[in-house]
Amino acid sequence: MTTTSHAITATGLRKAYGDHVVLDGLDLAVAEGTVYALLGPNGAGKTTTVQILSTLVAADGGHITVGGHDPARDPRAVRARIGVTGQFAAVDAKLTGEENLILMADLHHLGRQEGRRRTAGLLERFGLTDAAQKLPEAYSGGMRRRLDLAMTLVGDPRIIFLDEPTTGLDPRSRHAMWQIVRELVADGVTVLLTTQYLEEADQLADRIGVLDGGRLVAEGTAEELKRLVPGGHVRLRFADPAEYERAARALHGTALDDEALTLQIPGDGSARELKSLLDRLEAEAIEAESVSVHTPDLDDVFFILTTEHSHQPAADADVRKEALR
Amino acid sequence: MSTLSYAVADSATMLRRNLRHALRYPSMTIPVVAIPVVMLLLFVYVFGNALGSGVGPGAEGHYVDYVAPGIILMATTYGSVSVAVSVCSDMTEGIVNRFRTLSISRAAVLNGHVLGGAVQTLFSVVLVVGAALLAGFRPNATPLEWLATAGLLTLVVLALTWLAADMGLRARTVEAASNAPTPLTFLPFLGSAIVPTDSMPTAVRWFAEYQPFTPVTETLRGLLMGTEIGNSALIAVAWCLGLTVLGYFRARSAYDKG
Repeated sequence: MTTTSHAITATGLRKAYGDHVVLDGLDLAVAEGTVYALLGPNGAGKTTTVQILSTLVAADGGHITVGGHDPARDPRAVRARIGVTGQFAAVDAKLTGEENLILMADLHHLGRQEGRRRTAGLLERFGLTDAAQKLPEAYSGGMRRRLDLAMTLVGDPRIIFLDEPTTGLDPRSRHAMWQIVRELVADGVTVLLTTQYLEEADQLADRIGVLDGGRLVAEGTAEELKRLVPGGHVRLRFADPAEYERAARALHGTALDDEALTLQIPGDGSARELKSLLDRLEAEAIEAESVSVHTPDLDDVFFILTTEHSHQPAADADVRKEALR
Repeated sequence: MSTLSYAVADSATMLRRNLRHALRYPSMTIPVVAIPVVMLLLFVYVFGNALGSGVGPGAEGHYVDYVAPGIILMATTYGSVSVAVSVCSDMTEGIVNRFRTLSISRAAVLNGHVLGGAVQTLFSVVLVVGAALLAGFRPNATPLEWLATAGLLTLVVLALTWLAADMGLRARTVEAASNAPTPLTFLPFLGSAIVPTDSMPTAVRWFAEYQPFTPVTETLRGLLMGTEIGNSALIAVAWCLGLTVLGYFRARSAYDKG
């Protein structure tokens, strides 16, 4: 594994708290200027991974480089290259937004003038200029998270860790955050983000690692991961049990659900395939109440991978699915 | 800039942050002044006549001159409560993890808290001295003795502040942090702050004579009122330096572990 083209590498990363194994031989490689999403349920080891890579916590074993340096041996060199925005807003609640940013500028030894210039620029960019003189308690969740990220950016880091950057945000704030991340990547910044939202990983990440039980259970682009699960299907629902019976006979070989009066026909959901399906129903004079096309998404990947890995019963997987939404 | 000048610059930045906190939220500083002042009023105007006759011949009616140095010292112990609380509340919030991932001097965060806390406490001490003067305290110290008094109080405050910072770091909750320094606030009572130690029962007297606040109280009283100091000054300074070193290294190790 070369470190020249990778901003972050980890091999065989291990961490345990007492008997509780959090990371069990995690391998990770994040190319420079890309977004890598670590996706996993609560307790999968996402935050611990970020804490180790960002010098907050020491690993028990494994080899790590961040920006070409080992966080354990040369933490200062790593800290000079990274920015971290944690799950809980790391802002000083007793300082105004502007004072928080100036504090960061002072700690980066930017000098008074440059510090003020960069502060004003970040306030403007993150839509916080009007709230600059207010304390964070007057901020909405989204504003606080933006201030948090703005503080991370004061030092112009080349590698940014975002630990669940949109957890607890409303959809509008979430989309605003995504836009900010995209702009960062356009500037050539490397982003490692953890998330439990599959859509977030799908939207932002160049590569996704699915973390479960302290190791990666799958890795690849969103498209590659989606290919891991069986293909999509068309779902037909019927209002009348008689119609349903006739359709089931006409389209034999499909998955049935007698209670919901639905049929699942394997397929890719293309217009041609859909037309031929509807033509067959038409020919038999069968009327379906609704037709829906289901393509595999990261949800399918996620639940198949993480449940199989941890040998959880399917009913439990549904509960987890609900909890994650 | 060198590593050292970065450390100084980062500590100064953190000091500014802590002083700004103190100015914006004075609710933690007010008790540091208010409690000793209430004690002063109690001991001078309520218990003063009875206690005055106990502290020695000629002190009747001038008990304030005996008790004021002890009350001033008390203000330094209440300052430690506010430091422990501010350190602990900082550690329980996300901001400290941000500081830990910055390429700044590791000592800067604690230096800022301790220096900021020390400045606050010394400011409170000045107010308590003012209150004592209003209550009739008439020290006969020379300017040099006043300077020595300020120096000794600064050493006491630094020692207590580092100890309090360590308590704040090791406390799990802010409530626990506010309770941890309570024993410190009682120590002046179990010394010669209110009454001479030779009026106490044997066991208490033994403790009182060997605990750090007694030599500090005796030195302050000597500097301000001209009483006998003897070797109290040396012992007081030794205690302060020893406790500062202890508090500093304990706090640094607690911060690095956290």
